[in-house]
Amino acid sequence: MVTFGGGARDQETFAPEGQENIPHLMREFIPQASFFTQVVNRGILGHYVATASLATGVYETINNFASLPPEYPTVFEYFRKDLRRPPSDAWVVAPSNGFNRIGESKHHSYGAGLGAMVILPKHLLASSMSGGRTDLEHLLRDNYETPNYSPQLMGNEFELEQLETILKLSVDDFKAHARTLSSPDELSVYIARRLMRQVAPSLLWITMHDIDIAHAGSFSLYIDGIRRTDRLCSDLWEAIQSEPEYAGKTTLFILPDFGRDADDDSGGNGFQHHRTGDALSRTTWMLAIGPGVREGVVFDRAIESTDLVPTLGAMLGFNPSLAQGRAIRELL
Amino acid sequence: MLPRDLKSEQFSGYPQEARRLVTNDLGTLQRLPLSFVPSLLRELIDYDFKFPAERKALEKELANLSSLSAAQISEWFRGFAQISLSSKLEQFDWVNAPGQFVEQLSAHLWTTHQLDAFREAATDYADRLHTAVPPEAPPIPRLGISVIGQGVDSYDGLLFRRLRPHGTYFRRIKPENGLKLLLDVVALRAKSHPASYGHWYIDGAKDAPHDGALTCVSYERLEPMRAALLRKMQAEITRPGMGPETLRSLMAQMRPEDLGVEKPNDLVLTRFQIKLLAEGSGTQVFSTTFAQWAAREALRRAQPLTLLVRFAPRQQQRPMNELLSASADRLEFDFVGSLIDADMGAYYNWLNQRRLPGAEDSSFLVWFEGHSSVLAVGPSMPRGTESNTEADFAKLLSWMGLRVPQG
Repeated sequence: MVTFGGGARDQETFAPEGQENIPHLMREFIPQASFFTQVVNRGILGHYVATASLATGVYETINNFASLPPEYPTVFEYFRKDLRRPPSDAWVVAPSNGFNRIGESKHHSYGAGLGAMVILPKHLLASSMSGGRTDLEHLLRDNYETPNYSPQLMGNEFELEQLETILKLSVDDFKAHARTLSSPDELSVYIARRLMRQVAPSLLWITMHDIDIAHAGSFSLYIDGIRRTDRLCSDLWEAIQSEPEYAGKTTLFILPDFGRDADDDSGGNGFQHHRTGDALSRTTWMLAIGPGVREGVVFDRAIESTDLVPTLGAMLGFNPSLAQGRAIRELL
Repeated sequence: MLPRDLKSEQFSGYPQEARRLVTNDLGTLQRLPLSFVPSLLRELIDYDFKFPAERKALEKELANLSSLSAAQISEWFRGFAQISLSSKLEQFDWVNAPGQFVEQLSAHLWTTHQLDAFREAATDYADRLHTAVPPEAPPIPRLGISVIGQGVDSYDGLLFRRLRPHGTYFRRIKPENGLKLLLDVVALRAKSHPASYGHWYIDGAKDAPHDGALTCVSYERLEPMRAALLRKMQAEITRPGMGPETLRSLMAQMRPEDLGVEKPNDLVLTRFQIKLLAEGSGTQVFSTTFAQWAAREALRRAQPLTLLVRFAPRQQQRPMNELLSASADRLEFDFVGSLIDADMGAYYNWLNQRRLPGAEDSSFLVWFEGHSSVLAVGPSMPRGTESNTEADFAKLLSWMGLRVPQG
């Protein structure tokens, strides 16, 4: 699962005028994918809470800017509990602005010990830089909506010392590779690839965030973020095809968490934010690719963000009993 | 507390003119729902610092509200009355802090899935108000000018893509003295149709020499204010318990003296400038964002007859903590990125100008500074066409039906 974010509008992605920004998705994915043109998010359009809604199948109402777990069980808990999977089989790679609690809900029937391990690559990098080096700070850009704020980290979080034990990566090698990268999402994909190689989890959720630079009001940087995310999706799919544990037996879902405000809504300022709750900010797209997924098909019927978890449940064989959405029949 | 319990003494903390206005219409406010009144008070509390166009609009809105019968009030505000509020919101000091109330109301609407209903109620109210109190047509057709691409030697991408369907693309306009002539045109309009805050010049860097009749906002002139604001932000964020909502509220309450501006010559403009920096997102770090947001807010609030916006190169992207540190060290510019930002900004300037009364008669021009590419939109400009005709700016402006200074 990859969230193509945070927040991308149709007109800069799959609408005709935006397709030049996503050459990889257009050329490499679409011919092999089932593509849904209308994925509606009826919940709160904040990145953390919207991602939590995607992961639980329920429109969560937790504070977007607080370090809080989702109220409802996550897909990771359903997956691990129903299928009796070990902790190492469900992972999240996410930006560090509050996403550290995304792996595990506070629901009394699930929660503690049943969630996913969460890696926050930027937090790891910051920890590794505690000696004071600053040449990697370009990879620590974060939380574009409230740039001065990051909540206290708590939860099922991957620690620096686990780099070596789990990812077989020394801190020095981690930092050396980080120096070759140009953005936080590149760092996330690097860690995700490492995780696929060393741990090979069955369920891996990657949340991209570079695109959210749009909050600073620079259209060129927003477009750069979309193009980078497009390329990184291609890198991930290539990794899936090249890793024996994944090749030929992996389904990849890609969708933005939501859109951004429309140019013609006077209450907003176009691409910059996602505050108006207008149709464009609520409606986005999703593609699914992999064995068993119909290739080169476009579905225009509206589905909801909360339909993802029931769909994953139906595909993988677990029962997301508290999710509100409905399994997407075209993918089953 | 509910609006029906309002008393005039509760507004003692309001600035003088705002207090007079509110207490005169207290009976009107008492008849309105809580989901609506603080939004109106948020505007009224700043009445003393508002532009003439805003003042007039508020006065007309209050006059209209006071003219409505009880049945009409019920009909106009049915949507708002159906919004369910929490007791926490009811107990909030929304009289003295209406802006903070509106922020909390927004969070409440998102959380309780009432945002769509609120949007519908707000749109319905705006439509009714627009019909009951039609906005006045401007005394002369509006003119918007955006100058983009400063410092860019060449660019292979397609400029003005979003505006081309709406106007004529000129590929051979002689660029010599273009900026001076455009500023002279703006000055001529200011002198022939004087209006308080009616003719603006916004610059993303240092303002070029211009006529004193123009209302001028430039990024460079605001540098001391911007630096003071960034220092405040850095200081506040380290305080225990500080979160994004609290920080936003603090920023929204910034006064001139908080940022080292003592006894400003023009309090209305100074407050406007502070809001650009304190409430805008990214305006503190990117000059392109500042210029676009300043234009958006000038159009929305002052409704100028003329607006010239000159975008300038912004600094390159760096880690946010560096951008916010206001340090001039290592400052490098992203020229092409700034051109792309400004191209989109020009489109937004046109969209925002179109939202004002008289849009069908208004004109808009965007120029790639120092180059021969211009796009012109207006009643006399064919849409979706291109011209290879060679001309200077004076000729182009005359084709647009604009007066050009002689000599």
